Amino acid sequence: MNLNFVRTTCPYCGCGCELLLEVLDGKLVGTLPSKTNPMNQGKLCIKGWNCHEFIHNSERLATPLIRKNGNLEPASWDEALDFAAGRLRELKEQHGGDSVAFLTSAKCTNEENYLLQKFCRVGFETNNIDHCARL
Amino acid sequence: MTNSIPEIEDADCIFVTGSNTTVAHPLVAHRIYRAKAKGAKLIVADPRRIHLASMADVYIRQNLGSDVAMLNGIMNIIIANGWHDQTFVDERTEGFDKFLEVIKNYTPERASEICGVSVEDLTRVAELYARSEKSTILYAMGITQHSHGVDNVKSLANLAMLTGKIGKPSTGVNPLRGQNNVQGACDMGGLPNVYPAYQAVTDEGVKKKFENAWQAQLSGKVGYTIMEMMHGLEDGSVKGMVVLGENPVGSDPDVNHVKHALQSAEFLAVIDIFLTDTAKLAHVVFPATAFAEKEGTFTNTERCVLRVRKAVDPPGEARPDWQIICDLSTRFGLPMSYASPEEIFREIASVAPSYAGLSYERLDKGPIPWPCPTADHPGTPILHTERFARGKGLFHAIEYRPPEELVDDEFPMQLTTGRFFPHYHTGTMTRNSPSLHKEMPEGHIELHPADAVDLGIKDGEYARIVSRRGEVETKVLLTDQVDRGTIFMSFHFMEANANVLTNAALDPICKIPEYKVCAVRVEKLDATSGATAAG
Repeated sequence: MNLNFVRTTCPYCGCGCELLLEVLDGKLVGTLPSKTNPMNQGKLCIKGWNCHEFIHNSERLATPLIRKNGNLEPASWDEALDFAAGRLRELKEQHGGDSVAFLTSAKCTNEENYLLQKFCRVGFETNNIDHCARL
Repeated sequence: MTNSIPEIEDADCIFVTGSNTTVAHPLVAHRIYRAKAKGAKLIVADPRRIHLASMADVYIRQNLGSDVAMLNGIMNIIIANGWHDQTFVDERTEGFDKFLEVIKNYTPERASEICGVSVEDLTRVAELYARSEKSTILYAMGITQHSHGVDNVKSLANLAMLTGKIGKPSTGVNPLRGQNNVQGACDMGGLPNVYPAYQAVTDEGVKKKFENAWQAQLSGKVGYTIMEMMHGLEDGSVKGMVVLGENPVGSDPDVNHVKHALQSAEFLAVIDIFLTDTAKLAHVVFPATAFAEKEGTFTNTERCVLRVRKAVDPPGEARPDWQIICDLSTRFGLPMSYASPEEIFREIASVAPSYAGLSYERLDKGPIPWPCPTADHPGTPILHTERFARGKGLFHAIEYRPPEELVDDEFPMQLTTGRFFPHYHTGTMTRNSPSLHKEMPEGHIELHPADAVDLGIKDGEYARIVSRRGEVETKVLLTDQVDRGTIFMSFHFMEANANVLTNAALDPICKIPEYKVCAVRVEKLDATSGATAAG
């Protein structure tokens, strides 16, 4: 039996509570509030206390999907990446970079947001990038 | 936020408006409880009688969308009584005379007439806020999600500047942001008008800087906002879309329209952890990693940058989002290669001046609030202490404008939207969490008991809610949390989603949709058949 605690930040609201994820043999089994973080000082809300629960949900996506004959079907990473990259290249070549738009994410990390806006701005020479800050 | 969350508990007066803090930001609410225990006065202004209202020293229930009139009236009273801070106004601000011209027209009586709050209550709010030494304003989407959301925010800024309640500990204008990393997504340039750290895409010098940093040709033209992208998909000017970890089919106003727009896309790629309603429309879906499965940083509502750490492996073949973006970019023809999120963060620090002094090494010791310009800078918990970003604080002269959609004979009630305590946004995470799902397995509307009598609806029965854009059927909860003539609903439940009903009317400046007010009709449903009852 291998029990670890990993300090990280809650994925729900903008408070930024720090918490400890309880990891038992590679699976999340619980969440504990961080006592030393000045924001939450050993407390969490009902969402924070349960933030590990959706991680191992059986409905999680585990393989790329491509639409074939109207249905989304499992595909390999190579196939999915080549298909997506090819379609984006075609759109840019045929209709210009402004014909493509990107929605980045208030749930993803800074690093991921940075990369997506860079891909949009450099790859497509457009500023068509937004996210749900307004929503 | 202009100030940090811990400072709230040392305020003398806390003015909460358009924020159901106990539900949406429970740990901020905790600071409000502590401040109350230390003797602070609490003012709550909200069209719903939210939990915080029960402990407020003054609770005022303004009419939906009347915030500008209410705030202008409060400022009129402050000036008339000489409760404003003339020294602060003289030394730190400009535009006061023009502002005063408008404020003069919002006599307490006129403001009261528009916002539905008595002159007496407006005066109590004005006096408490202006005459307490450390007064702080907390607001959220109840202020911003209007067709005049920018006007609302500027009015709050006017109030803080007028009374000099900004740039000092336990004061300020403090938006409580709803998503864990909405601050960070904005900071990183996930917006159509700015590069990372709010550097304008239209500024030639900034563009040159990023062209050098990224070795690329860039566009100086402001891009599309979300709602403009949706319109673009429908009129054909936008052909393809890449969506990272968002579910516009649940979260955008008038979802029937959004769905139609996304279905019009020639190509739609979605990167997400679940097959959301948006992903179901995609041509290709990439399985991504959740927060517990990757390294990185989030930036919270008080601008603190916090570390996110990997605890477990992702399911199946799912990959970290940053790797997916790198792979997609490389195959597209733009090689992108980073060894780790830390390497990406180093690049961020090199182009975003407010992040320049931050590093994983420093953040591993604890969160640091930006601006943090150098490696030895401690971070900045309080903004605008000596000067505003633009130099002097600018007063905006703002006139009240009514909401876009008013009630009429066909749609005689108002709908306003928000969150319920165990759920979050479109429910992708919370409804897939057994403990949270159990707390509230289905959605409902809040309806005033007196309206329920008129409609012949009992508590726990089902009703159909109809707006100009669509209709949904859901359970009814009778409560006087809502005022007569108003219903409240969430967008957590895709099967009965408020955003089928909401109005996509936009603020002219920031393009935020008017989620908080639209006109609807409530119809009684037969509980067993689901068919409309007579009448």
